[in-house]
Amino acid sequence: MSGVTLTIDGKSVAAEKGQTLLKAAEGAGIYIPRLCAYKDLLPHGSCRVCSVRVNGRIQAACVQTVTDGAIVENETAELQEYRRNIIDLLFVEGNHFCMYCEKSGHCELQALAYRFGITAPRYQLLYPKRDIDMSHPDVYLDHNRCILCGRCVRASQDLDHKNVFQFIERGCRKRLQVNGEALAATDLQVTDEAVASCPVGALMRKRVGYSVPVGERPYDNIPIGRDIETAGEE
Amino acid sequence: MTTKARIATVSLAGCFGCHMSILDIDDRILQLAELVEFDRSPINDFKEFQGRCAVGIVEGGCCNEENVHVLEQFRKQCDVLISLGECAITGGIPAMRNNIPLRECLEEAYVKSPGVYNPSGAIPNDPELPLLLNRLYPCHEVVKIDQFIPGCPPSADAIWDALGTLLTGKPAVPVYTRIKYD
Amino acid sequence: MKQPMAKGTDEICRRFGNDRTRMMDIVLEVQARFGCVSHEAMEQIARAVNTHPVEVESVVTFYSFLSVKPQGQVVIRLCSDIVDWMKGYEDVADAMSKELGVTMGETTPDGAITLTRTPCIGMSDQAPAALVNDVVVTHLTPERGRQLIRDLRRHLDPPQLVTMVGDGNNAHPLVRSMVRNNIRMRGPVHFAGFEPGSALRKTLALAPEAVIREIKESRLRGRGGAGFPAGLKWELARNAPGRKRYILCNADEGEPGTFKDRVLLTERADMVLEGMTIAGYAVGSDSGIIYLRGEYRYLQPFLESAIEERRRQGLLGTDILGKKGFPFDIRIQLGAGAYVCGEETALISSCEGLRGDPRNRPPFPPQQGYLGCPTIVNNVETFCCASRILLEGASWFAAMGSPRTSGTKVLSISGDCRKPGVYEVPFGITAQELIEMTEAENAGSMLIGGPSRQMIGSERFGGRICYDDLATGGAIMIFNRARNKLEIAEHYLDFFIEESCGHCTPCRVGLILLKRAVHKVVAGAGEPSDLTDMRDLSNFIIRTSRCGLGQAAPNPVLGALENFGDLYAGLVAERKPGLLPEFDLSQAVVDAELRAGRQSKYV
Repeated sequence: MSGVTLTIDGKSVAAEKGQTLLKAAEGAGIYIPRLCAYKDLLPHGSCRVCSVRVNGRIQAACVQTVTDGAIVENETAELQEYRRNIIDLLFVEGNHFCMYCEKSGHCELQALAYRFGITAPRYQLLYPKRDIDMSHPDVYLDHNRCILCGRCVRASQDLDHKNVFQFIERGCRKRLQVNGEALAATDLQVTDEAVASCPVGALMRKRVGYSVPVGERPYDNIPIGRDIETAGEE
Repeated sequence: MTTKARIATVSLAGCFGCHMSILDIDDRILQLAELVEFDRSPINDFKEFQGRCAVGIVEGGCCNEENVHVLEQFRKQCDVLISLGECAITGGIPAMRNNIPLRECLEEAYVKSPGVYNPSGAIPNDPELPLLLNRLYPCHEVVKIDQFIPGCPPSADAIWDALGTLLTGKPAVPVYTRIKYD
Repeated sequence: MKQPMAKGTDEICRRFGNDRTRMMDIVLEVQARFGCVSHEAMEQIARAVNTHPVEVESVVTFYSFLSVKPQGQVVIRLCSDIVDWMKGYEDVADAMSKELGVTMGETTPDGAITLTRTPCIGMSDQAPAALVNDVVVTHLTPERGRQLIRDLRRHLDPPQLVTMVGDGNNAHPLVRSMVRNNIRMRGPVHFAGFEPGSALRKTLALAPEAVIREIKESRLRGRGGAGFPAGLKWELARNAPGRKRYILCNADEGEPGTFKDRVLLTERADMVLEGMTIAGYAVGSDSGIIYLRGEYRYLQPFLESAIEERRRQGLLGTDILGKKGFPFDIRIQLGAGAYVCGEETALISSCEGLRGDPRNRPPFPPQQGYLGCPTIVNNVETFCCASRILLEGASWFAAMGSPRTSGTKVLSISGDCRKPGVYEVPFGITAQELIEMTEAENAGSMLIGGPSRQMIGSERFGGRICYDDLATGGAIMIFNRARNKLEIAEHYLDFFIEESCGHCTPCRVGLILLKRAVHKVVAGAGEPSDLTDMRDLSNFIIRTSRCGLGQAAPNPVLGALENFGDLYAGLVAERKPGLLPEFDLSQAVVDAELRAGRQSKYV
């Protein structure tokens, strides 16, 4: 593998050809916020939280591959503003009631909002009417919290080698659909990667909620992405 | 004697949890008492404004016409208006009804819900009861809000920081753990 | 499941080789035969092509011409573009709806007729227009609308609605449409005579690299609107590694106000097909696909016959014009009502039988496109240009137009003018000249390049049509001074909301919030800061959206703010402390008042 060198916020970063900007930054201890990117799944490029400026153009870091000599901006005021906007949009698009959500403290959307210091959404809440699918014995699907990141769709296909989820409709009506009349009619199992991949409280294991006390949950005291940043400091 | 800043608080469609959290500042309430005088507030049970206030703190969103009226008064009487807690900011639990028609909500609450004994099937309608709004409105959709302290409830530290900044003019150092939505 | 549907669906799948990548053809056929693609049909299709029902549902629910619920035997899609509104859409819709006894979007109780609306169908020069199944009806009036419904009630056979046919090939037995070409100005590139095979003969005398050189020297830029240099695109595809290469013709002209490709396909089909064949030779491809928008389905049999005729003449097929080892053939892929499929990567997805979601780039289509192979996607008009360039030479072509934009442009002009229609003009022509040519009186503003481009006021009528100034894929709409520009902006914002694929957050959610912001201001509840917020939100959506749709969708609003800012500014004012003007207590308590039987004491 031949190497390339680029700069991110002025810091010189060595990367491998073909690597995405997101991964290259990660390797250098630089955290680029993200939601739809998950492990080694194919990039989705949908949430746009990882928007960075590459040689002056805004691109999604999860999709864009590194090029030699690229000048990448990550933590500029403009980009942080855009990312904050996107987090806001995702909050107002769904019904995110953190106060009783079992995912609270573990939720990546919430954690990003904390990291960005968001105290209130800038836009009007849309309060959509959405369903909850409780049919499955071990897993429930709460569409109110779904942010359409497609992590479960891809995880089910590429990691579980199933095809439990897909998107239907388009535009603001776009939503997650299961391959069957309801979740119980699919071959989803509670141990599927698809379940674990959900960044928010949309796809949840039943009967295990609130098991970690408030104050000890992953994002209670440590901002999301800090692990990447501290790995870079060592 | 210097005049103390006046502060008003109210709980609209909230559970008073945020007010409990104000009390959770514990002995710091003595320091607060040095700085402020409470105007209209459940803490002193004043029902009307005594004068113009530097700060108004609103817990809960607007679920009925009276909430709207009170919030409007707060906006007119207070220099700085703060939405305190999730219900004021996002609607919170009361906003769970926001995509259910009012009629269904009332019937569920007073007629159909398990455990309800209501042989006449009537829904309370005393003229003293404020009319419900079609949905819950977060405070900033009704009046202009200057500052938000999220949380369910916000921690006493978050409230203390915000009030401290307002009353002393010294900006608080941002602390990651201050912002919570639960 | 009913036996006939199971059998019919299986048969349709078999006809397309039980090939998953032909999903669009399969579901379109099922829709046409059974009036919907039901969940039962989806299961049947999934079994036949070896996929999952939810994957079929994903495709079916994406396209507006496909439906899960049964539709009427006849579906009337009334075009609701702004030009149709200007020409009387509302009255026609009202008359038809009353005559049918159903509201917009409903089906008559007997299941016979569905009335619905659809964005621009490419008939802006003969608006108001509608699609009745595949049949186009134009120049509607309330009376003609009522008559149309009475006729349909009698025979339920849309082709019988065509009593008078249009000019040129619109009268061809395989078209038989009342559509008119309205070619008002014939230029040397597209409307001069063209003998099928003449350009191809010259092409085959050259090496493929020389053909690409010719296109490059002509400085031909893509005519779809983006203006990417065609020669460079061809070269990239030729040099990209791949087992196979594809030539895709974008005939999905969905940009509101564009209809010139419809005319080129009707009158210049051979030039289009020949251009694709030339590209095939240059790039090293043996397969071409014309992605024909669903609205132009009425042209499909005619285009199929044109393809067939070229096969007979040895202009398509194997060893074309006797050239050993140069095979090339073309198929038509029908779309199904999705504007975003005009975006090249979405078009490719759709051709592969998927949702028309645009793709992440890189890889770019010339590297990895259709079925993962190097692919070029060019507009109908671009292929016509290629034919003429190979026939007349690069320097002949490059001598026309403006310094940085060579050749001519075919424009679709509509709106408030006496002579709407198709004009082939040299690049560099001014907006003012267009106003004069079309005999537009009292022109106050022009939408250049459709809603995804820009609305200009009279102070910019001196601007020139070219990629460096007023860029356009061909749509020009003229509005007189009386037209409400803010209403036009809001109308097109709705259009983009409806047509967004929903993949990325800024476009999917941002547009809804932009719409709310615009509405607040238009309703008179805005403050000056709202205008700044609108501008910020627009720029955010433009910069962070994934594809061209989101990157263009705020343009109508942003353009109105920039060019007609005083209109918005006149609507906003600083507010006194108190209830926000957008909060309407009387509306918020109306349900409760009705229930309680008493009035709010605070209203």
